[in-house]
Amino acid sequence: MKLKYFAWVRERIGKSEETVEPPASVRTVDDLIAWLAHRGETYAHAFETPRVIRAAIDHTHVKSDTMIAGAREIAFFPPMTGG
Amino acid sequence: MAVPVTIRIQEADFDVAQEISALTKGRTDIGAVVSFSGICRGSENDEAIAALTLEHYPDMAEAEIARHAQTALSRWPLTGLTVIHRVGRIVPGENIVLVLTASAHRQAAFQAAEFLMDYLKANAPFWKREESATGTSWVEAHHHDDDAAARWTKS
Repeated sequence: MKLKYFAWVRERIGKSEETVEPPASVRTVDDLIAWLAHRGETYAHAFETPRVIRAAIDHTHVKSDTMIAGAREIAFFPPMTGG
Repeated sequence: MAVPVTIRIQEADFDVAQEISALTKGRTDIGAVVSFSGICRGSENDEAIAALTLEHYPDMAEAEIARHAQTALSRWPLTGLTVIHRVGRIVPGENIVLVLTASAHRQAAFQAAEFLMDYLKANAPFWKREESATGTSWVEAHHHDDDAAARWTKS
């Protein structure tokens, strides 16, 4: 699946997108955040406070307990500050 | 007749009067247009701001604004709707966002414009970064923006 990162999540990780193949045990958005946080220091920093991270699956906001099966694109970003 | 909906995300500035005129031109069914402009302030918490840079999630931003536009159309008898959100670097005094709502009567136009702005602030994937004399920093989200969006789900 394709992952996209925005704002300070993107800056902390140091890239705006990547393709990953998480193991089958990674079933929810929460699981994916925990899995990513262990991929290195930059990821650990980006996901150090999981409750502030927002997620979208295929361009729709989702809650952190949402299952990720079938997702093509998952995005992680901080709370939005547009308008 | 389908209600004309215009949604644009762009770097360029926009002209409010021109957008209102484009929405109402040749129409005789519009009795009210409400216009909300969000403008870049020159200071935040007493600190001068040199500029804002707006980042967005392109595909989702358009989808999210379109979803809220459809919700507004289903809740109020609107006869036209325009949402323009700028991205990129914006200096104080410049426009950031425009919401225009048209209806036969003012109440629907006022309410729909407020609903759309509340939802955009809390849910549309845009992020502001401030430039000031001390460097750049991401603007923090306000809880009151979430509260403002949530009140529309209660009534």
